[in-house]
Amino acid sequence: MSVIPNPAPGDVAAEKTPTEPPHGDNYITHGKGFLSWALTIDHKRIGIMYMVGVLAAFFIGGIMAIALRTELIAPGATLMFWANDDAALNSNWRLYNQLFTVHGAVMVFMFIIPAIPAILGNMVLPIMLGAKDVAFPKLNLLSLYCWIGGSIFFTWILFGGVIGTLFGIQDMPWYFPKGLDTGWTFYTPYSTETNTGVLLGTIGVFILGFSSILTGVNFIATIHMLRPKGMGWGKLPLFLWALYATAIIQILATPVLAITVLLLMAEKVLGIGIFDPALGGDPVLYQHFFWFYSHPAVYIMILPGLGVISEIISIHSRKHIFGYKFIAASSLAIALFGFIVWGHHMFTSGQSALLNSVFSLLTMSVAIPSAVKVFNYLATLYNGRIRLDSPMLYALGFIWLFTIGGLTGLPLAALSTDIHYHDTYFVVAHFHYVMVGSTLFAFLAGMNHWWPKMFGKMLDEKWARIGAIMTFVGFNATFFIQFIAGSQGMPRRYADYDQQYFWYHLFSTLGSYVLTIGLFIVLFNWIHSLRKGKPAPANPWGANSLEWHTPSPPPHANFEDGVEPEGVDPYDYHGWDYDESIDGYVKKEGYVPKEHH
Amino acid sequence: MSDHAHDHDHPPHLAHHFETSEQQMESGKLGMWVFLATEILMFGGLFCAYSVYRANHPEVFLFAHQYLDTMWGAINTAVLLASSFTMAWGVRAAQLGQKSILIIMLSLTLLGGFGFMVIKTIEYSGKYSHDIWVGGLNGFYQKDGLLLNPEGNYEALHYLDEKKAKKYGKDAHGDDHGDHAHGDSHAAHHGEDTHAEATPVVEVSGIGRPAAAEAGLIPSLTEYKAAIPTGGEAFVTGVGAEQIAYHGSHYPEFDELAPMDHNSTHIFFQIYFMMTGLHGIHVLIGMGLITWILVKSIAGAFSPAYYTPVDLVGLYWHLVDLIWIFLFPLLYLIH
Repeated sequence: MSVIPNPAPGDVAAEKTPTEPPHGDNYITHGKGFLSWALTIDHKRIGIMYMVGVLAAFFIGGIMAIALRTELIAPGATLMFWANDDAALNSNWRLYNQLFTVHGAVMVFMFIIPAIPAILGNMVLPIMLGAKDVAFPKLNLLSLYCWIGGSIFFTWILFGGVIGTLFGIQDMPWYFPKGLDTGWTFYTPYSTETNTGVLLGTIGVFILGFSSILTGVNFIATIHMLRPKGMGWGKLPLFLWALYATAIIQILATPVLAITVLLLMAEKVLGIGIFDPALGGDPVLYQHFFWFYSHPAVYIMILPGLGVISEIISIHSRKHIFGYKFIAASSLAIALFGFIVWGHHMFTSGQSALLNSVFSLLTMSVAIPSAVKVFNYLATLYNGRIRLDSPMLYALGFIWLFTIGGLTGLPLAALSTDIHYHDTYFVVAHFHYVMVGSTLFAFLAGMNHWWPKMFGKMLDEKWARIGAIMTFVGFNATFFIQFIAGSQGMPRRYADYDQQYFWYHLFSTLGSYVLTIGLFIVLFNWIHSLRKGKPAPANPWGANSLEWHTPSPPPHANFEDGVEPEGVDPYDYHGWDYDESIDGYVKKEGYVPKEHH
Repeated sequence: MSDHAHDHDHPPHLAHHFETSEQQMESGKLGMWVFLATEILMFGGLFCAYSVYRANHPEVFLFAHQYLDTMWGAINTAVLLASSFTMAWGVRAAQLGQKSILIIMLSLTLLGGFGFMVIKTIEYSGKYSHDIWVGGLNGFYQKDGLLLNPEGNYEALHYLDEKKAKKYGKDAHGDDHGDHAHGDSHAAHHGEDTHAEATPVVEVSGIGRPAAAEAGLIPSLTEYKAAIPTGGEAFVTGVGAEQIAYHGSHYPEFDELAPMDHNSTHIFFQIYFMMTGLHGIHVLIGMGLITWILVKSIAGAFSPAYYTPVDLVGLYWHLVDLIWIFLFPLLYLIH
């Protein structure tokens, strides 16, 4: 928790601006000491703790990604380049299997799924609603500890596996699991046969799932029950619509994952054979179970991102969002469609041709609500006063990457082409465009957008833009070429490959280094702003949703004493005037909003 | 409610971020219903596995469920339903502020949960002592054609026949009744085959016949194990069609059974233990929650103005009950 700024009272006084809260007290300075954080029920502090943890998870997953790309920079063993006999080479391949497995599992379960809902959602959801906290603050804290508990299992597996493999230790003590080499999907029957840390991994997934469910329950109850006077569903900010749709998926899909991993654990520990053909089970049933959760989980990852982008596109082009109702409804439509397309992960698993055709058709229907969003974003941008701040740069990048990620989903949804692309780098590139390109960019956009609100400090815009551009360039360099490599037949999850794929991999690996440098620039900019950033005004962007109506950072109770928030049209920016003295926006005197809905 | 009033008319149970008690109560209820939805989805996954499993092995389910005791299951259903009733009464008492009735009702509910778990323990230990368990621990479990647990198999076969004999009486056996034409022919068949005979098929198919045991026809466990051929193939056929043909002629319930393999009962029992086990864990959690609100209600924490926890625990308890209402017919009453 060392990253969290805890400015001494003297500092706050020194930096006092007209927009500081009257008492100089905010949620960061409210209460001191370790326990005031560890036992807090303040959603903002919980959001900050999630931020530290999730970013640490992203760091671990990212290091593994770089290790993977480095292994693939050239054919042959690279990570353990000193390997000169068969045993050492085998260790190298084992290490690769563990790395891509834990990279996938850490990134999916510990980073992408919690990133936007748990950090940004926790941070701003209640304030956007004008509420003092989420509906169940203690449950919120519990979900944080579930996240920490589950994450410990994964990190534990990771360290045991990497240490054992790197140093060639055969007999690791029982408390050091031997890594995890099943891929993040834990497909049976391999996952029940392998002697690696599948049990610990599934326990970790189970606990992380609890965290996700509890957050979902909390958000649904909060959005239903804690809206202020005058905020009907039609005035709910689109970010909250997106979080609401996400929460629905979280509570309906995650329990199925829970029972899936429970059955997997029972199969490993008790010898129950639901998925084991030798015991009368069915391994494809596992895939059905797994994807019934994990396909909707893809929308758990992307929907909050779409919500963030909906806010940013409108705010930073100074124009009311176009097609509010359609964007809100398309979030729910994506959540709904997400539940009926899981079979498209199993086109080659031997399920019936009829089932394949139905799933193929349903999968393509997801394109409709997705396109509704993208076209509405474009219509919002049209004729807007576009401001190329760093959040906006990420948002524009998001539209580009999300479009590529979405469109390359179509050849994978089409049966005939999928047979060719199945398990190739085409798939790898496709889902990285959606998960990393879209979700990560939306996450960074949201972080830069709400950073002033979270910490009361402005980012250095110049470096923020450099970081945004570098991550965009680096990301495309890493993954676009993988579409080509995949269409040429490069299979995924291979540690070694033919010489003909060398240039593709070299280019991709170099791109990943650029992406890494870009991400470090982003990180250093954040840390720098915590120490040296300019104090942020209450409303630096001229936005109108309720979180910008309160000081930055917000006071402990979110709004100053005596303020009773009322629902406003979050996309009506006419009530704010730019004030040069504070480099932010102040409310126009006597402005009466005209009714939008 | 203004901020000023918020500071002064603040009931102790009202959390700082709610405006009114109603809002807090409604939020709690909504949250609980949403959570119950997740529980239903989780058990939904299990029911789904059950359906796939049963569709793949209908004859196993039809046969193996007879190891379960419908009477215990029915008693447990009644116990749980009654506890749901006392729980609902308890919620009503909390609403009306009848403290002593609330305490009595919660205690009765807790007692119901306890009774359910006791009966479940009796059932489980009965299965366990007869080696009907999960996976490799199941008496019938075999891998690569080899029986892993011959003692368990012996036990389990014996158990079923004892149970059936108890139910239909020894009279039901063909050995004693001439009106079963097939029974006679089989009895005659077995009568001729002694355990000393070299065909393991017949040896094994004679296992567990109570009447045959009395007649000294059933081999001892040692002899039984000795009769299992090392290759295992003959054994597998041995407990196959022939034994069913024998059973089919003696017990009414077996008559309609398609030929099946005894060795597959573990398929039924792994889903049985998974479903009832997970349900049992939920009962235990529910009992913990009831204990918690019981302690609180003894301390007088609830009033007509604030009884949310009682209401929410009640909802949870009804869900536990509801799931059992589905489990009972799906597992015990298969026809």
